[in-house]
Amino acid sequence: MRSGDVTGVGLGLSLLLVAVAVGMSRWRGLRLEGRITWASLRAIVQLLLVGAALTLVVDPDRSLAWSWLWVAGMIGYASDVVRRRAPEVPRLLWLTIVAFSVTGTVSLGVIFGLGVFPAEGRTIVPLAGMMVGNAMNATIIAARRTVEELRDKRPEVEARLALGHPSRVAARPYIAAAVRTALIPQVETTKAVGLVFLPGAMTGLILAGVDPIDAVLVQAVVMFLVLGAAATNTTVITLGLAPRLFTSDHRLSPLPRPADR
Amino acid sequence: MDAALFRFEDVGVVFDGSVVLDGINAVIPAHGVTAVVGASGAGKSTLLRLCNRLEVPTSGRVVHRGRDVLDLDPLELRKEVGMVFQKPALFGGTVADNFDVAAPDSSPEKRRQALDQAALGHDYLHRRADTLSGGEAQRLCLARTLLTDPHALLLDEPTSALDTGPKRAFEHTATALTRHGIPIVWVTHELEQVHRIADQVLVLDRGSVVAQLDDPAQIARRTELRQLLEGDHDAQR
Repeated sequence: MRSGDVTGVGLGLSLLLVAVAVGMSRWRGLRLEGRITWASLRAIVQLLLVGAALTLVVDPDRSLAWSWLWVAGMIGYASDVVRRRAPEVPRLLWLTIVAFSVTGTVSLGVIFGLGVFPAEGRTIVPLAGMMVGNAMNATIIAARRTVEELRDKRPEVEARLALGHPSRVAARPYIAAAVRTALIPQVETTKAVGLVFLPGAMTGLILAGVDPIDAVLVQAVVMFLVLGAAATNTTVITLGLAPRLFTSDHRLSPLPRPADR
Repeated sequence: MDAALFRFEDVGVVFDGSVVLDGINAVIPAHGVTAVVGASGAGKSTLLRLCNRLEVPTSGRVVHRGRDVLDLDPLELRKEVGMVFQKPALFGGTVADNFDVAAPDSSPEKRRQALDQAALGHDYLHRRADTLSGGEAQRLCLARTLLTDPHALLLDEPTSALDTGPKRAFEHTATALTRHGIPIVWVTHELEQVHRIADQVLVLDRGSVVAQLDDPAQIARRTELRQLLEGDHDAQR
């Protein structure tokens, strides 16, 4: 057994920490005991299922097409999550799929095309997962903020339109503000990495017995992948979104608040 | 060629099933100040926004100097017909930054001229826009619009938030522009202001035109119009 391997007994013992969380909830009257237990059990089942599926997919003897199919599935699921979590943004699903596809092509193209990592099942799926998962959160923020900015600053936007600006020009400052809001957490995380916290990929590799310097190099690549993916995805999403919020004759469409719907 | 600045031909506007304007037939001449008056909710602002295509009619048509506005390039139309809104919408930074947004290639001479036309001193150019008073902010909006060389102006209750002094100053500044050949369509709900600024008047009530007057003094001779407008003014106070 390697130093980082976790046995079934180890997993069972780690559930003591879930019991601690349940105990805290009961002690403080949070009424989260059921939810914590359910979430923990569900996480174990989901991860075991994913682990089993990944074992099949990342098998070196298996075709890479399965790995790419997995990536396509992740993109489809993440796009649906974005659509559901930003219900006030019109017709978001296909735009998000396009954005993830562009982002995947750019970021994974750099990683695998330039040989940073070899294109194998064991690299494609986890790296694409990091890319999609992190870009998804930034995308939700960017899409929602774009609509909020244009809705809340309608007088300013219309003042710009009234000066004869095309809608894409009139919208530019507000889209930039939305993208900034979406990217700043990622930039701050990148700045603070190592000083404030040890990120997941690096921690996992060190626990699995990998040399810390090697783990750091992998983590650095992952962070840059995530940063590039978030920037690309939010940019594509907002570029595609802006024309949908204006009419073809450069008028700002009605943008009701979610509660108004 | 049609001499009218705007001609409304049986124009209707419906928002979410509510009729905002209904069968509007009116002519706004290409000279002087045309005051558009009426009670709150009469459809004055919507009528104004039809003129530069910030709104489009649900039925009928709006004709600008002989051409349906829907046949015109909306961006060119908006440059030709400038607009100042009820609440000054200032962009970030200085007055000069606001000018950069409106007309980035405008010369220093042109900028000084716009400040002069809006009765703002040249020293305002480097003042931060968010430090201006309400009256100064509205003048900046006027100057910013004038920088794009509009042939006509749409003013949507530009003085409604101003005290008497700045209000009179704005009126003086804006009406002076008509002497330089810039006709103005001026939405207001103040009867006294109509008498001070207007050359002709369009009276709206609940989405319909109830009178089009060549002389604002005619309001005083028509009891129903006086009641309509004075009643609204009292309500606004």
